[in-house]
Amino acid sequence: MDNSLASNIFKFIVLLLVQVTICSRINLLGYINPFIYIIFILMYPIKNNRLLFLLLAFNLGLLVDMFLDSGGVHAGASVFLAFVRPIFLKYAFGALYENQTLKFGKLQTNELVIYVSFMTLFHHLTLFSLEFFNITQILLILKNTLVSSLFTVSLSILIILLFKSRK
Amino acid sequence: MQQIFNFVIRNKTFLLFLLLFGIALSLTIQSHSYHRSKFINSANNLTGGVYGAVNSIDQYLDLKEQNTILVEENRILIEQLFNKPVLYNEDSPESFDKNFELISAEVYKNSYNTPNNYLTINGGNRDSIQEDFGVITSKGIVGIVDNTSNKFSTVLSILNKRSRINAKLKTSNQNGSLTWDGKSPYVVQLEDVSQFAIINVGDTIVTGGQSAIFPKGIGIGTVQEFTTDVTGDTYKIDVRLFNDMTTLQHVFVIKNNDIKELKALEKLSDG
Repeated sequence: MDNSLASNIFKFIVLLLVQVTICSRINLLGYINPFIYIIFILMYPIKNNRLLFLLLAFNLGLLVDMFLDSGGVHAGASVFLAFVRPIFLKYAFGALYENQTLKFGKLQTNELVIYVSFMTLFHHLTLFSLEFFNITQILLILKNTLVSSLFTVSLSILIILLFKSRK
Repeated sequence: MQQIFNFVIRNKTFLLFLLLFGIALSLTIQSHSYHRSKFINSANNLTGGVYGAVNSIDQYLDLKEQNTILVEENRILIEQLFNKPVLYNEDSPESFDKNFELISAEVYKNSYNTPNNYLTINGGNRDSIQEDFGVITSKGIVGIVDNTSNKFSTVLSILNKRSRINAKLKTSNQNGSLTWDGKSPYVVQLEDVSQFAIINVGDTIVTGGQSAIFPKGIGIGTVQEFTTDVTGDTYKIDVRLFNDMTTLQHVFVIKNNDIKELKALEKLSDG
C-alpha cells in the first residue's frame, strides 16, 4: 500500500512537471499541445477511495491551470473525467472491471487504446468547451479536440507502454 | 434531519464532484471577465521557480536568435543617435524629468495558442512592477501587467480576447481599439475606426496614448486588410504585428511616473 502511495505521488509530480515544462510548449503547427497529465487519472488504481480520487484529480488540474494561467478549465475537465471514469472502464473492459479483477499492468494493447482514446476525447472536449466557452465556436472546439486528442493519445499510449510494470 | 444526512452520505461522491466542478467553473468564468482578482495565476514562487529553471536552459538554446535581435536593436538606436539634431546634456543624461521609465524583464512563460493568453515575466513588486503597467519589446507592444507577486508578474497578452488597447493610425490619427479574434498569433484586429478614415494597406498602427498605460506612438503593426463593419459605420482592420509573439524573450515594462496623479484626477472627475 505504501509503495503504491509513493508511486502515485511520484507520478503526480512528474506528470505535472513534464506537462507544464515540456508538453505545453510543443505548439505543433502553432497550436497543438498534448495533455499527458491525464495519464494520472487514466491509470489511477481501480480499487480506490473515490472522494480522494476526485480531490486529487481536481488538484492536479488546478495546478496545471496555475501554471498555464487558464482559469479553471483543466481543474474542471480533470474532475469531470475522474467522475465519469467508472463508466468508461465498464464500457472498455466489461466483465473484467465488474469482477474487480482488472489490473492495468496486464492489459491487451487494443483494449488500452480504446480506453485511453475515449477518455482523452471526453477530457479534451470538456477542456476546450470550457476554454472557448462559446457555443458559436463549436467547430473550432471540435477541431481542437480531435487534433489534440490524436497527439495526447499517441503520446500517452507510448508512455504507458514504456513504463508498464512488468509483473 | 436524519434523511438529509443519509442523502448526503449516499451521494457524497456526486456532491463532491458538483462542488469541485462548480469551483472550477466559477474560476473559468472569472477568468473570462475583465480584471477581477484571480486566485489561480502563475505569478507565484512555485510556478516562477519551475519556469525559471526551464528558462535558463531555453535561453541558452535561443542565444543565437536573441543576439541577432539585439544587434538589430543596437543598429536602430545608433542610427537614431547619429541622426539626432540636438544631443542630450552629456554631464547628466538622467537629469531630465522622465514621465515613463522602462524596467527590463525576461519572459518565463509565453503562450499564444489559447483564446486567452497570458505571459509570465520574472519581475514583480520588488522591481516596482505593478498591475496595469504596459509591456513592450523594442519592436512593439506585448500586453498589460495583470497580476503581480513579489518576484513575478503575469501579463495579459494582446493575444487575449479580454484585451482592449487604444490604438490609432499613425498617419491620420484615427483612433480605434485593438482586439484579438483568437485566430492567428501574428494578426490582431483594430476595431471601431471611423468610416471617414483614409486607410491604405501597409499603414502603420501605433498606440494612441489615450490611456496612462502606454505612451503615444509605440509601434503595433501594419494594416494587412480592412473591411467595413457589419453596421457599416466603422472599419475593422487586420493588423500584422511587428512583434513575433511566439518568440518573445526580453521585454520592457513601462512605468508611468504620473499614473498616481492621473488616477487621482480621474477619481476626482468621476466623483
